[in-house]
Parts: sequence; structure tokens; C-alpha cells
Amino acid sequence: MTLHTLIDFEILRLIWWVLLGVLLIGFAATDGFDMGVGALLPFVAKTDAERRVAINTVGPVWEGNQVWFILGGGAIFAAWPPLYAVSFSGFYLAMFVVLAALILRPVAFKYRSKRDCPRWRAAWDWALFIGGFVPALIFGVAVGNVLQGVPFRLNDDLRAFYEGSFFGLLNPFALLCGLLSVSMLVMHGGGWLALKAEGAVAARARAYGSIAALATIVLFALAGLMLWAFIDGYRIVGEVAVAGPSNPLIKNATVAAGAWFDNYAARPWQWVAPAMGLVGAALALVSLQSRFDGLPILASGVSIFGVISTVGLAMFPFILPSSIDPRSSLTVWDSSSSHQTLFIMLCVTVIFLPIVLAYTAWAYRILWGKVTEGQVTGEHGHFY
Amino acid sequence: MELDVVGLSRLQFAMTALYHFLFVPLTLGLSVVIAIMETVYVMTARPIWREMTKFWGSLFGINFVLGVATGLTMEFQFGMNWSYYSHYVGDIFGAPLAIEGLMAFFLEATFVGLFFFGWDRMSKLGHLAATWAVAAGSNFSALWILIANGWMQNPVGSAFNPATMRMEVVNFFEVVFNPVAQAKFVHTVSAGYVTASAFVLGVSAWYVLKGRHVALAKRSMAVACSFGLLSSLSVVVLGDESGYLANEHQRMKLAAIEGMWETEAAPAAFTAIGFPNQAARETHHILQIPGALGLIATRSLNTEVPGIRELVARAQERIRSGILAYDALQTIRAARGAGVPTDVRNAFEENGTNLGYALLLLRHVDDPRRATPAQIEAASWDLVPPVAPLFWSFRIMVAIGFFLILLMGTFFWLSAKQRLDHYRWLLWVAVWAIPLPWIAAEMGWIVAELGRQPWVVEGVLPTAVAVSSLGITQVALTLAGFVILYSALFVVEMGLMLRAIRKGPPPEADLPYLPYAQSAPTRGILPAE
Repeated sequence: MTLHTLIDFEILRLIWWVLLGVLLIGFAATDGFDMGVGALLPFVAKTDAERRVAINTVGPVWEGNQVWFILGGGAIFAAWPPLYAVSFSGFYLAMFVVLAALILRPVAFKYRSKRDCPRWRAAWDWALFIGGFVPALIFGVAVGNVLQGVPFRLNDDLRAFYEGSFFGLLNPFALLCGLLSVSMLVMHGGGWLALKAEGAVAARARAYGSIAALATIVLFALAGLMLWAFIDGYRIVGEVAVAGPSNPLIKNATVAAGAWFDNYAARPWQWVAPAMGLVGAALALVSLQSRFDGLPILASGVSIFGVISTVGLAMFPFILPSSIDPRSSLTVWDSSSSHQTLFIMLCVTVIFLPIVLAYTAWAYRILWGKVTEGQVTGEHGHFY
Repeated sequence: MELDVVGLSRLQFAMTALYHFLFVPLTLGLSVVIAIMETVYVMTARPIWREMTKFWGSLFGINFVLGVATGLTMEFQFGMNWSYYSHYVGDIFGAPLAIEGLMAFFLEATFVGLFFFGWDRMSKLGHLAATWAVAAGSNFSALWILIANGWMQNPVGSAFNPATMRMEVVNFFEVVFNPVAQAKFVHTVSAGYVTASAFVLGVSAWYVLKGRHVALAKRSMAVACSFGLLSSLSVVVLGDESGYLANEHQRMKLAAIEGMWETEAAPAAFTAIGFPNQAARETHHILQIPGALGLIATRSLNTEVPGIRELVARAQERIRSGILAYDALQTIRAARGAGVPTDVRNAFEENGTNLGYALLLLRHVDDPRRATPAQIEAASWDLVPPVAPLFWSFRIMVAIGFFLILLMGTFFWLSAKQRLDHYRWLLWVAVWAIPLPWIAAEMGWIVAELGRQPWVVEGVLPTAVAVSSLGITQVALTLAGFVILYSALFVVEMGLMLRAIRKGPPPEADLPYLPYAQSAPTRGILPAE
């Protein structure tokens, strides 16, 4: 089969770098509001009926949304195997905590309202809170660590050795990124509840969502300043074989102050990304105070798009820099799957992603409208 | 099995995978059973079929969610615990996993939301389409995950690339149309259908015994035993025994399943009962059926089925060839893309497919090139998987398989004669048979995956080489975490499932003989707008 040579290896790698971003943004923009609602649950919903309203706004869709996360894992495995291998084993215990939280979440959705006992329901409400808050925090902490470089090295067999510890992940900059991630998704969840709930739940969601939007603006700006002032970036040294074999050890890289701003200096239009992050959050803040139902979630979506793109564009072509052996760093040009696998996966994506988006949109259209207390407390048992 | 990082990682994978597969078969089968029931509802407009769909759907939901939750672990564990595996074969193995997400999980997960929440928001046909989409999604997911698993058993369509130190795709169509994967797919989904059939049959039988929801239960039994009979036949007839001759290690697995140390003259006998002894390298046969194994495994009278000793002897040849490949690989890597002597290139081309066999030596010697004949022999005996567990797991699985055909056949006959409630003891048998398909399925996975040892990918990568560079404390911590979390969830799930079964369908489901006019299809939760 030589069909794959229709598209250059270099171009395919670039496309898959963009698709990696699409998946992360797709995950944050869809499952993100589920997690935001989970994290907001104890604050926006006080009575059992209110909680059920909040839960049922995401009830029919969280399952599909979560597939963005699963697909993200699968696509990283398929398109960027070294990234999958190094990051998942390196962040081992953090990954386990994320997994445990994400295992509790689906179960909590489904089982919470199966029994009337208040303690049973309270316990599952906690699980929903953990399932929203903890992954949001850890994903942000992970990004904060990636920006600083991760302590791993590859040996000649390309086996990865991780030399950090779980508590080493919890440094100030990473925690700042973690809080940014939480506030961003809480803002998004607030926007969702403003659209799908009404009455007290929606009012509280607007209030907490506004706080989160303000926090997103402040934390994002602060993270940018810290990145500029204190965090060294990475640069590739010497020639880069953009269509070379996927072997990180054939290049050289170095740590350099301010290197994460190289791309912004070279291509000033990229400043659009951080601007979207800030403007989107500001718009969410304003619209959460207004009577518009649909605007906050769109605005927070723009903010999410901006924030995630900002990180990706800053690091390009790096995907996972190594702090102890910069040569081992994973970049777009040396950590992908083979030319043929990238091509096949692109074909599959081009066929199936539009179909997925189409029926997802159809499902949201069918489920359009507010969720009310009257509905969920009605006699028909199919609500959570 | 030693309790080092490799041993604990294996234990964790085995535990989480077997646990995941407590929920998967019921999801696979019940999604189809529900879709069949709803199809009958849409075709006949009889409300009892809608109530059946909803009732079994509610049980489906309790089970489905744990399948989804524990599936997350499966997706991430490769990277967490098996990172060298992920690097080494991700170029091939990752693709079916990603396609599974794109093609199957989205379909299943998006429409399962509509299945539960869309009853009053969609037309009958629209809802039926959503239900079938859930069934199709879960079955597609089985297809792609078994293509991935099939490749581990029979790694076709790929080759080692010295520049990237990993396996890469050569022919993706071979990977997709891998005969082992196709056989496994049919076998596994059929087993899922049998599981759901036995579940519906058993629960319904209990209702009949208790005199509750009898109309709903009898109709459910009719669906379950017909679907169950077809699928239980399919499990056995289209079993994946035929895949056992696909390659050298599949033959080893077959020989281990049979406890067959020596090659016998064709057609080989099938040992129904026997006691394998791994240390003595012999099996104490109690009951043998002449010729049966040869017939089943080779579908012929004159093809030999090789025994363990012969396979081990052949493996020594491949280890020696693998050492040549390993040696050539070191030269190629040292050259770093510069000119490699032709004879080295040729040596690698010639022996490259046996590279994995040299990696088997890493357990015995740091540099495979310095292996002594004794070490080569020891490594070749490592290729024998644990014989007794395979021997017994397989026999338990097969015995249950045949029993289930009998059970489904009996109930099919009773159903056709309208005598489903005539023999109370048979109904009790159906109730007590509920766990059997699960036991068979778990045994099946033990046969397939324990039988794959010491390979993680047959002939390519030994399991011991595939693990992450983790500390033993880390792995022990997550293993303990999974045990606690999974045990708690199991108790909760069983509790809810039993409650839901005891509670039964809602009262309106027991009014099956309502004339069509009174069936009130417009009952809705939303005020009319």
C-alpha cells in the first residue's frame, strides 16, 4: 500500500497535532460542563429536587461527552504512542486518582436516584462533586507540569524512565494551572446550568459561574505572567528532520528562558488565542449577569478554546518536554505514529467525525429545553 | 508468578479485565434483546412489549454504566502499566482502540442517553432507531477491541522498524481481517448474547415461579430462549478453536489446553478428563475420546496437532535465529542511519521475524548474544503456559457451553408447546443457571490470555519486557485501590440489580390485555406545548 504517500508525513504530523488539540478542546467543551456541573452541585442545588434538576440537565448527554475523553486517550495511543506511553506511566498515581474519580462519576449519575435514602443520595452527590472537581484539577496540574518539563528520560531502546514523584507534581505553577482549569470548567458548567435550568438553581449557577469567570481571567493572566517571568521554555537545537523517523533521540534540544514565547514573537497573529481566552471569559462574565440563556455557554466555550490553544501554540513543536534530558523531549516531528498509521487514522476520522458531530447535534436538539423540578419529580422513572 | 512489578501489573490487568468483562457480555447481549423487544412493540403496537423494553432496559442501565466506568481503566492501563508495550506496538494496536471510540463508543453513548430520556420526545420509529444504535455501538466496540486483541494473538500486517525501535503497520487490511480476530469476534459477541438470554430467561423464570408479572415474563422467556438457542449454538460451532492453528504459539496454547506433551499420530485424541503435571511434563489421562481433537482442531483426519515438547524444540531454533536478528539490530543501530554492511542488513531481513524470541532470553541473560545453550533451552521452556489452569478453564467453559445449548433448546421446545410454566423444577434450573455464562466467559478469557503467556504479543514482545519502569509500591498501591473501589462498586451494583429485579416492572406493565384504544400512547412528562 502506498496510498498514504498522497499526504506528506510532515503535513500528517501537523494535522494530527491539530487533531490532538481538537480532541482536547472537544473534551473540555463538552465533558467540561458535565464536570463543572458536578463541581457546582453542592453549591447551586440545596434540596433534593434541585440537585436532581442539576444532575438531569447533563443526565442524557454526559455519557456521549465522556467519549471525548476516551477517544482522546485512544487517539493519543494511535497517533502519538510515545506520548501515551511516557505521560500515562510517568503521571502514574495522578492518572489513578483521575481514573478513580472518573469511575465514580458515571456510577453516581446512574445510581444516585435509584434509592430514596438521603444518606445514599448525599454520598453519590459527593462522588459527583469529586468526579467533576478532581479530574479538572489534575488535568490542569498536568498541563502546568508539562509546561515546566517532565522529569523523564528515554534509553536507547526508547524505554521511558520517570524520575519525579507524585508530590513533585504539586508545585506552585502547576497548582495555579490546576485552579485555572477548575475555574474554567466551573464557568462552563455555570453557563450550561444558566441555559438548561431555571429558578434558584439557574440563579445560583449564574452567581458562581460569574465568580469562576472572573477567576478564569485573573488566573489565566497570572499564569501567563508567571510563565513569562519564571518558567523556562524549550528549543530544538540544530536541524530538524520534519519527516524523519519517530525517534526523539535523533534531535537535540535545550532549555531556554522565554522560549515558550518564541512562536508568539515569530507569528504575532497567535496572540488571538490568549485574547480569546480572556475575551471569552469576560463575555461569559457579562452575559451571566444578563438575561441571555445561551450566550454564557458559548462565551465560555470560546474561552476554553482560547486557553487550550494558547498552551499548544506556545509549546509547538514540543508536546512533552523532558526537564532532565531535553534530548528525550517528545515533539511533533519525532513522536508520532508511522506515516501509514497517521494516514489511515486520518481517513477514519474524516469519515466518522462528521457523522458523530451530526448525530450528537441531533441528540442535543431532541433534548432541547429546560429541565424543571416538575419533570424530574414526576412519576415517570427515567430521570436520574 | 512472582510478585514483582511484572507480576503485580499482570495481576492488576487480569483483575480489572475480568471485572470489566462481568458487565460487557450483558451489555452486548441485552442491548440486542431490548432492541428485538422494541421492534416487536413498534411492529405490533402492543404496549406490553414497550413495558418489556423499558423493564429490561432499566436493568440494562444498571449494568451498562459499570461496563463504561470499568472500561476507562482498560483504555488507560496500557499506558500506565505497560508503557513499553504502548511504545513498541502503539503504531498498530492504538488504531483499533481509537477507531473503537470514534465508531462505536460515540454511537453507543450518545444513543443510550436518548434511549432512557427520549421515550416522550421521539417518534416510535425514532426511538427504535436509537435503541438499535446502542446495540450496534456496543457490538462495533466488541469488533474493534477484538481486532486489537486478535493482533496480540496473531500479529499480522506489521514489521519491526529499527529506526524507531518498534513495530509498525505494513498492511492495515491484514490487521482488520485477521482470521483470529474475526473468529474471536463472533465467539465473543455470541457469548454475550447467550449471557443476556440466560439472564432474561432466569429472571423471568423466577417471576413465573413467584406468579408475578407472568405475561411479561413468558414473552420475555420466548425471546430469550429463541435468541439464546441460536447464539449458544453459534458460540460452540463458530468457537475460536479454528484460530488455534494460526501460528506457533496458538498451537502451543492448544497443546497446553489439551495437556498434550507429545505429538500424536493424526487425528489426535481429545482428553476429556486428565491431570496435567507441569513439573513432570506429563498428563495423567483418565478419559480420552479417540480422534476428536484432530477433528475439532484441524477439521481433517490427517493433519498432525503438535505436542508441547515438539513445539519447545522448534522454538529453540527460533531463539537462535532471534539472536542473529538481535545482533544485526545492534550493528544497524550503532550505524545510526549511516551505511550498514549488506550482510548485516540481510541477516536482519532474514531473522527479523524472530527478534521477539531473542527478547525471551532477557530473563536469563543481560545480552542475548551471550546466551549459553542451557539458557536457550530454559527460555524455550518458558514458552509453555501454565498447563493445568488452561486445561481446566477450557473444560469448564466447554461444559457450560453445551449445558446452555441444552437449556435453551429445552425452553425453546417448551415455549413452542406453550408449556413454559409446566415444570417448576426446570424453571428453578433456569434461575440457578444465570451465573453460568459469566463463569464460562471468564474461563474463556483465562484460556485466551493466560494461554498467550509468556508473550504479550505472540512472537514479538514478551510480557516481562513490556511493563512500565515503575516502583513496586506504586503498582501495589493502585492494585489495592482497584480492589477496594471495584469491590465496593460490585456490592452496590448487585444490590441495585437485585432490588430492581425484586421490585419488578411497574404496575401498568401487568395490564397486557388492554385493547389498543386504551393503551394511551400519549402519556408524557412534558406539558403539551
